[in-house]
Amino acid sequence: MSNQGEYPENGQQHDFSLSRRDLIKVSAAAAATAAVYPCGALAEGEPAVTPPPEMMPLTLRVNGKSQQLEVDTRTTLLDALRENLQLTGTKKGCDHGQCGACTVLVEGRRINACLTLAVMHQDAEITTIEGLGTPDNLHPMQAAFIKHDGFQCGYCTSGQICSSVAVLKEIEAGIPSHVTLDLVSPPEMTANEIRERMSGNICRCGAYANILDAIEDAAGELKS
Amino acid sequence: MKAFTYERVKTPAEAAASARDKSGAKFIAGGTNLLDLMKLEIETPTHLIDVNGLGLDKIVATDEGGLRLGALVRNTDLAADERVRRDYAVLSRALLAGASGQLRNQATTAGNLLQRTRCPYFYDTNQPCNKRLPGSGCAALEGFSRQHAVVGSSEACIATHPGDMPVAMRLLDAVVETISADGKARNIPLADFYRAPGKTPHIETVLTPGELIVAVTLPPPVGGQHIYRKIRDRASYAFALVSVAAIVQPDGSGRVALGGVAHKPWRVEQADARLPQGAQAVYDALFADAHPTPENAFKLTLAKRTLASVLTEARAVV
Repeated sequence: MSNQGEYPENGQQHDFSLSRRDLIKVSAAAAATAAVYPCGALAEGEPAVTPPPEMMPLTLRVNGKSQQLEVDTRTTLLDALRENLQLTGTKKGCDHGQCGACTVLVEGRRINACLTLAVMHQDAEITTIEGLGTPDNLHPMQAAFIKHDGFQCGYCTSGQICSSVAVLKEIEAGIPSHVTLDLVSPPEMTANEIRERMSGNICRCGAYANILDAIEDAAGELKS
Repeated sequence: MKAFTYERVKTPAEAAASARDKSGAKFIAGGTNLLDLMKLEIETPTHLIDVNGLGLDKIVATDEGGLRLGALVRNTDLAADERVRRDYAVLSRALLAGASGQLRNQATTAGNLLQRTRCPYFYDTNQPCNKRLPGSGCAALEGFSRQHAVVGSSEACIATHPGDMPVAMRLLDAVVETISADGKARNIPLADFYRAPGKTPHIETVLTPGELIVAVTLPPPVGGQHIYRKIRDRASYAFALVSVAAIVQPDGSGRVALGGVAHKPWRVEQADARLPQGAQAVYDALFADAHPTPENAFKLTLAKRTLASVLTEARAVV
C-alpha cells in the first residue's frame, strides 16, 4: 500500500495546506454528511433527527441518603453529583475517563463517574469522598493521605482516595491484576500490586511515592 | 453532547425491537466508549436503549464443557472468574492488561468487542476520516501513523482495533451469540465477526441493524501454556503497540493471535501450523501481506521479537 491514499475514488489527493475558506467548505460538507450517515446507528431508514432535551426523574442513594432528582438524560453521574447535589468533593478532571479524578463507588465498586449517565443508576448506592469520612471522623485512608502528605494541589485526591479504598477491597476479594504472577492463587497486598491497580488515577503533581506510602499504611491499619 | 431520548428495557427481544423501530438508536451497557464518543459528537445517537437490566451478567458452563459469558459480564468479573483464570488464563491476562480498574468495573463483554478505534484522526472532528465520515478521506495515511495497522488495512483506513480481550477470544475460537429484531438468534464465530475496512471502514462488524449481542461462548478448554504479552508505551493503562496472545502445548504446537496490528485480532491459521518451527516462520505467515507506513514499520520488528520472546517463555515453562 502506498502512503498516497487512492481513496476517495475520484483520485483527489488530500492537501493539508487548506485555506480558511476551504476549511469552512470541508466542515460544511462534513456536517452535511453527518446528517446523511447517523454514525453507527442501529436502525435503517430515515436519518434520525436530534430530539429536544429530555428530562427524567431519578432516585439515587448517595452516601446513605435517598435523593430525588430531575435530570437531563445527558447528565453524567459526575455532573449530577456536583451540579445537582452540590457534592463537589468529586472532581472533574479530563471528563473522558482518562484521569480518575471523578472516581466514586457505585454499589461498592469504583468507577469513573464521568463516563456513565446518571439515569443508568436508578436506586443505586453511591459513595463519594464526602461519604467516606468527615473532618471530625476521617476514614483511615483519608487520615493516611494526610499523614503521608499524599498530595500537593489536592485536585486528584478525592479520586485517589475513593480508588484506593476500592483497591484494598479488590485485593481482599481475590481479584487478580496485570502484575499478579499466579492467577490461581489470591493476590498479595504488595507495593507492586497497589501501583498497578492505581494506574487509572493520574496525579499531575507527581505525589505517587507518598500516595503509595499512604495506601500501604492504610492497608495495614485496616487489616489490624 | 447531542440530546437523546432514553429507555430501559427488560428483555433482549424488547431491546432489539426498540432498536429496529427507532431510527438513530444505540444500545448502551458500560458506556465507557460510547459516552466518550458522544461527548465529542463522534457518536450522535438520538435514542439510547439501556440494556443493563437484561440480566445477561452470568457466566455459565455449557453442555459441551465450555463457558457461556453473558454480554453484560463486566471485564473485572470475567477476568476474576475462577474457571476463566484456571482454564482460559490468556483471557484473564488480556482483560487485566487493558484499561484501568475503574473502566474494567464498567466495561462489558459485548461492549468491549464493539470498542471503536483509538485512531487520533477518528477522534479529531476537524480531520477527514472515512470511519467517522464515510468518503471524507483518511488523515492517518499522511499523518502520524505510529499506532496504526500494519496488516489488513486498506487505502481508506489504517485504524486498529484497540481491544485486548477480543485478541484472547479470537485465540480461544469464541463464538458471538446474537438476537435480531425479528427474534432470530444466530451464532457468529469471532473469526467472522469483524469486517475488513475495504472502502467501507465505518461498517466494522457483520452485525445487522438492531442486532444485539447476548453472549460469547468459549469452546471447551484446550490446556497448554497461556500467555498474553502486551507491548505499550508505558507499563499500565495504555493501548498496545503490539500484543501477542498464545497457547502453546507441551509438543510445541499451539496457536497465536496478535493485537495492535490490524482492524481486528490478527490470527492466520497457517501461522498456527508453523508454531513448532519457531518465531520467524510464524511471523512470515502472519505478516506476508503487511503494508506498514514509514512510521509504524517498527511494529513488524516488534511483533517478530515479541513472538520469539513469548515462544521462548512458553517452552521454558512447558
